[in-house]
Amino acid sequence: MVPVYFVAIVVLAGLAFAAGRKRGFTFMPVGGGPRAHSLPTYHGLYTATAAIVPMFLLLVAWGIVAPRFVDHMALSSLPSSLAPIDDLTRDARLRDIVGIANGQVSADLALLSAGNVYAGWREAAGWILLIAGAALGALGAFWALRNLAPRFRARNRFETIVKVVLIACSAVAILTTVGIVFSVLFETLRFFARYPVQDFLFGLQWSPQTAIREDQVGSSGAFGAVPLFAGTTLIMLIAMLIAGPIGLFAAIYMAEYASRRVRAMAKPVLEVLAGIPTVVFGFFAALTVAPMIRQYGEMLGLEVASESALAAGIVMGVMIIPFVSSLSDDIINAVPQSLRDGSYGIGATKAETIKRVVLPAALPGIVSAFMLAVSRAVGETMIVVMAAGLSGNLTFNPLEAVTTVTVQIKTLLVGDQEFDSAKTLSAFALGFVLFFFTLMLNIIALRVVRKYREQYD
Amino acid sequence: MNDASVSASTAAAVAATGKPAPSTNQAKVHAADVNVYYGEKQALKSVSIDIPERAVTSFIGPSGCGKSTFLRCINRMNDTIETCRVTGTITIDKADIYDSGLDVVELRARVGMVFQKPNPFPKSIFENVAYGPRIHGLARSKTDLEEIVQTSLKKASLWEEVKDRLAESGTGLSGGQQQRLCIARAIAVSPEVILMDEPCSALDPIATAKIEELIDELRENYTIIIVTHSMQQAARVSQRTAFFHLGVLVETGETDQIFTNPIDRRTQDYITGRFG
Repeated sequence: MVPVYFVAIVVLAGLAFAAGRKRGFTFMPVGGGPRAHSLPTYHGLYTATAAIVPMFLLLVAWGIVAPRFVDHMALSSLPSSLAPIDDLTRDARLRDIVGIANGQVSADLALLSAGNVYAGWREAAGWILLIAGAALGALGAFWALRNLAPRFRARNRFETIVKVVLIACSAVAILTTVGIVFSVLFETLRFFARYPVQDFLFGLQWSPQTAIREDQVGSSGAFGAVPLFAGTTLIMLIAMLIAGPIGLFAAIYMAEYASRRVRAMAKPVLEVLAGIPTVVFGFFAALTVAPMIRQYGEMLGLEVASESALAAGIVMGVMIIPFVSSLSDDIINAVPQSLRDGSYGIGATKAETIKRVVLPAALPGIVSAFMLAVSRAVGETMIVVMAAGLSGNLTFNPLEAVTTVTVQIKTLLVGDQEFDSAKTLSAFALGFVLFFFTLMLNIIALRVVRKYREQYD
Repeated sequence: MNDASVSASTAAAVAATGKPAPSTNQAKVHAADVNVYYGEKQALKSVSIDIPERAVTSFIGPSGCGKSTFLRCINRMNDTIETCRVTGTITIDKADIYDSGLDVVELRARVGMVFQKPNPFPKSIFENVAYGPRIHGLARSKTDLEEIVQTSLKKASLWEEVKDRLAESGTGLSGGQQQRLCIARAIAVSPEVILMDEPCSALDPIATAKIEELIDELRENYTIIIVTHSMQQAARVSQRTAFFHLGVLVETGETDQIFTNPIDRRTQDYITGRFG
């Protein structure tokens, strides 16, 4: 019934719009005379909104009330022998009833009749919704039509409506973020109820295998996250060592040296790099780069693990080059040409101008580009899963296998898991730490950018 | 006016008829048959002019007449525009500045430039002025550098206003102060010629008066070329005036003569406000 209801909303809104607009045309002066306040279209939009809003609100209210009502009617039609005694049996009965209403067969006559009651009320509820909605919409439209007058400020009213819609949309985005933060936060708190915070943040041992039965051995369940933070930091540093200079220099070339034609071709190509799925980078790292590093390492007499932080870091660095270069390029381009002219006018060369004027002026923006790249590197999972390994070694040797926060989250939650063991809950704690870290980076980056913006105003 | 500028005046009169003017001894900058193209579009058509040493020459004319374009040819700032092409010869002290062996960077150190909008670097006041001396290695020691900065700021009559806050950002100064800072920045590398591209167009009348006063003082040591939209300003600060129209140098001469007794009809129409 809901799809039909949406069709009804659209139809009614269309009719209301047409009616309002038609009414609006009657306000337009034929030959001189005082002008109407708003154009006919605004009268139409106002009328349409007056039809849509009550219909939509009714739908929301109905979605909350009607299912309960239908459930109640079906359950109360059951004979006392089948009447539910607690929540569990209530759910079981309802499942049966809904099943029957949806066409299942049952031998139990009482359940069958309850199923029919359910189906009947469900049908009725749908019709009531449709009729009541149409009536409300029509009522709204008529009310709006009565309001319309030559001096009626439909244009300004519509402005308010637009504002409300926009606010609603941004509220969805903001509330989602808040919701995610809180749900992760609560799970994290549940984890910390089972495992001490200080042991998690400062513990040096990561082995998240908890015992499912009392008699299991070899499952200590240590959740010291330091090795993960160290692994994440190590890979991030390697990635930034690659992406920082290459990205920045590429940006300088694009912004300052490349001719317009080269730039028009090279920039999109570089940005394609950002569009490559990370899993593709991942097998590139695991199948090409890691064995190559191992081979070279052995030629030099070094011991290299087949999955190494270096391999993952290098490939991740390549992946985030476009983040650094594209943002830095935009920022360097935003430095006013007048500053460059000033520098050239004194007789500075291009390199001197870039080094002494352009880059210092763009520095805050470049820093924020780096920050965004770092938060991207820290949050990246796939490459590390495929190339860096799973063992929680506490090491800063880039030739060894390390693991990162994101990889462990993935490992902890993949497969069949109970969602109330310390093992799975620790994933939320890790996620929260990660989220907190990237949030801080973003805040710093935004601050820096804001400061930068003030500079030329 | 001295004899030199009188002879330059006659030379300019010749230039107005379309023939290249012979260079005089005192002409600091000499241009002959200069054409500038932006892509297909010709912005300057056969401009020839002599600009006397240690005097202020102003370029006037309606917007888009090519006066700024010509100014930017004199220190080859047009090189930074990809599609721009310059033909003809421009010499400074008889040396061709478009010679392939010439170092643009060196040229720009000799020909300073002040822009339409004050464009101090987002650095401290001190660093703004020290920028040029630093890149050209003009100061041997820190005290040397400080002295250059101080004298430059003094010459730009900004010293008294900023001497207590040299470490503050140059962008924090008022518009007029910023423009004088830019002049100080240009002076710091001891140029011989200073080009000014509508230096007062973004300033209020009081700041403008200060800059004009400064230009008059600077004339003793520098050859100054100023592009301006204000005919009053040209009359106040310059000794010689050149009138550009539609990419053509219509007339050059003594400022007094241009404003009281122009030879060309178009000049007369422009200065009496009939167009532009």
